[in-house]
Amino acid sequence: MFSLEGSLDLPLIWFGLLVTALFLYVLLDGFDLGVGILFPFAPSDECRDRLMNSIAPFWDGNETWLVLSGGGLFAAFPLAYAILMPAFYMPVILMLLGLIFRGVAFEFRFKAVKSRFIWDYAFHFGSIVATFMQGMILGAFVKGVQVQGRSFAGNPFDWLNAYSFMTGVALLFGYALLGATWLVMKTDEITGDWARKCASYVLGYVGVFMGIVSISVPIMNAGVRHLWFSLPNFYYLVPVPLVTAALFIFIWRDLHRGVENRPFFLSIGVFLMGYLGLGISLWPWLVPFAVTFRQAAAAATSQSFLLVGTLVILPIVLTYTAFCYYVFRGKASREGYY
Amino acid sequence: MIENLDPVLLSRIQFAFTLSFHIFFPAFTIGLASWLAVLEWRWLKTGNAVYAVIYHMWVKIFAVTFGMGVVSGVVMSFLFGTNWSVFSDKAGNILGPLLGYEVLSAFFLEASFLGVMLFGWNRVGRRLHFAATVIVAMGTLISAFWILSANSFMQTPQGFRIAENGLLYPVNWLQIVFSPSFPYRFIHMVTAAYLTTAFVAGGIGSFYLRGSRHIKEARVMLGMAMIMAVFVAPMQLLFGDMHGRNTFIHQPTKVAAIEGLWETQRGAPLNLFGWPDQEAETTKYAVEIPELSSLILTHELNGEVKGLKAWPKDERPPVLLVFLSFRIMVGIGILMISTGVSALVLYLRKRLFDAKWFHYWCMAMTPAGFAAVLAGWFVTETGRQPYIIQGVMRTSEAVSPVQGIPIAISISAFVLTYAAVFGAGSYYIMKLIGKGPETEAHIYGSHGVKGPPLITDLVSEEEGRHV
Repeated sequence: MFSLEGSLDLPLIWFGLLVTALFLYVLLDGFDLGVGILFPFAPSDECRDRLMNSIAPFWDGNETWLVLSGGGLFAAFPLAYAILMPAFYMPVILMLLGLIFRGVAFEFRFKAVKSRFIWDYAFHFGSIVATFMQGMILGAFVKGVQVQGRSFAGNPFDWLNAYSFMTGVALLFGYALLGATWLVMKTDEITGDWARKCASYVLGYVGVFMGIVSISVPIMNAGVRHLWFSLPNFYYLVPVPLVTAALFIFIWRDLHRGVENRPFFLSIGVFLMGYLGLGISLWPWLVPFAVTFRQAAAAATSQSFLLVGTLVILPIVLTYTAFCYYVFRGKASREGYY
Repeated sequence: MIENLDPVLLSRIQFAFTLSFHIFFPAFTIGLASWLAVLEWRWLKTGNAVYAVIYHMWVKIFAVTFGMGVVSGVVMSFLFGTNWSVFSDKAGNILGPLLGYEVLSAFFLEASFLGVMLFGWNRVGRRLHFAATVIVAMGTLISAFWILSANSFMQTPQGFRIAENGLLYPVNWLQIVFSPSFPYRFIHMVTAAYLTTAFVAGGIGSFYLRGSRHIKEARVMLGMAMIMAVFVAPMQLLFGDMHGRNTFIHQPTKVAAIEGLWETQRGAPLNLFGWPDQEAETTKYAVEIPELSSLILTHELNGEVKGLKAWPKDERPPVLLVFLSFRIMVGIGILMISTGVSALVLYLRKRLFDAKWFHYWCMAMTPAGFAAVLAGWFVTETGRQPYIIQGVMRTSEAVSPVQGIPIAISISAFVLTYAAVFGAGSYYIMKLIGKGPETEAHIYGSHGVKGPPLITDLVSEEEGRHV
């Protein structure tokens, strides 16, 4: 039976691919969810149309990375999928319902006239619920999941606690930053000025929350504490918080000097650093502190079979995703595409 | 009562509900995407603006349907884990990669090029736009390929082994992807999707003809739809028969339930109608045609067909649901074929576009494809019970360690959400249909002028990019 097990470290490759897919999802859907979070605060209806137009061609491509992350988890690490989904049953379903409302709002609001406000709110609250639930899942995830044998053994409400509530709020601000800096890049005039103000406003909150999460994870878990604060690890890892701090300063300066494109990419940098920090803390757990990615790995033949296709298709996917961003480059149009 | 909520039953209800809702959208978009590609091709080939006008009307409906298909599809990729985690764990080695390929090859292709298809008409060249439409259409077919491959494995599993820990391991991928029922299921489903779209297009075309509106476009819609009804609907009967015979070989219990046949016999009759009673082990009020069942299934008058009593009670699917769903599906298929025959007769007598009664009939047939697709899926999925993977894993062994109450809450949330969202979606589609194709305004609008240009204007005007 065909297998690449002998020549490749398949679980590690798949772990890398999955982590990358999830990060791409966080970035890409992050900015359009962020636009949804900021949506009702825009100064006028024309601004809101431009907000919509700036993300309309991309949103379903972006959301596809979520499907890929879910599907990839199922395909490459079925055990982790089988434990995490029941563990986060309710937040996952609520997230999905939020995504439904915001997803259809794109199509419906341009067709509605009198009922447009309903879809504006569906878009806004759908984005908030989806983001908040993702944040709560993140909080519950880093706190750890109870496992017995090959299945989830905790309480259905384990995910609901003050800590996950905090991470939920934190992610709202995080996505709002991505959304605001995206708008700084993709819009101009009144909308652009407003986005710039929003971005510098949420930037402070993002900093505070990143600080809280960075401090709380080592406090909650002795293993993580040891990892970060023992020597010589500390010297290797200290660049992560330092680079993050530098990124915040650059975003702040750019926003106040009228730079248009760089704040978005620097915000991506902030997310990358946060993600890296979490990744280092949680390595090598896929279901924190119960199942590692090696234990959860699917059969080598299964991982090999999908890997062949992935290595062929993923570069193509990335190319045409980039192509679609290229086609709709520049400032978003004022008129509806619909 | 609350402590008696059965997680297996609730999970099945939730899955059946979300999946039934989801299947409406692919059933329509698979056909619609291909039809749009044909329309754009005709437009590029003939330069006849009527095709572009129809394209623009239907691409909007496609966008709404596709959006709803995407969001309800995202739900599906998570429900495997939330509700069937034991199944996901045990069968993950096999089904994971199949679904993974679906996401990789199809989902991305569709989602990315849909942007160009919907918003790129004036931004990219004609050929590139046409390519985007074709790619989206191919994406829908590739998607169907992998999903149906995964489903077919659950119906007719092969190419795997079961390890000591109870997990399924792949042995031969070619056998897994092309399991015995897959080719039949794929052809049967894609044809069903094409027919569904055709009858929607035909129904809407008839609606315009009846009101004497958009006559030029309506004739094309009805005409193209009836070409499908004449040629493809009878083919579907053939494909269905092939699929049925395949099921007879691999899943005889399902066929016995479809036929409502309890006793194993040679020269088995066909129960045209009836009311199977699972407890009494008999089909009441049966209207039988002698020996027909054997003839269809074995192609011999005297062939042996196994009855449900050949299996113990806990191996039998819920017979009534399978029996009735099958008759709904076949009944609609026969109505579709008759529609095709009537259309052919009317066409030959040159009355296709002004026979009022026929237009009413086609309007009534608009949702027929959806009902048939749904009924068909009920036959095949319910007919597989009590197994989730035929003969390998029971549905009751597959469920997540989630309690009844959270599932009951989530079912209610899904019902309310889907009712609101998809109700609104249908309403906007109705509005788009009510408005109909935008002819003149659209064409001139794209050129940046309000009305037909005068010769004097044309001299000075730059040529627009598209009609």
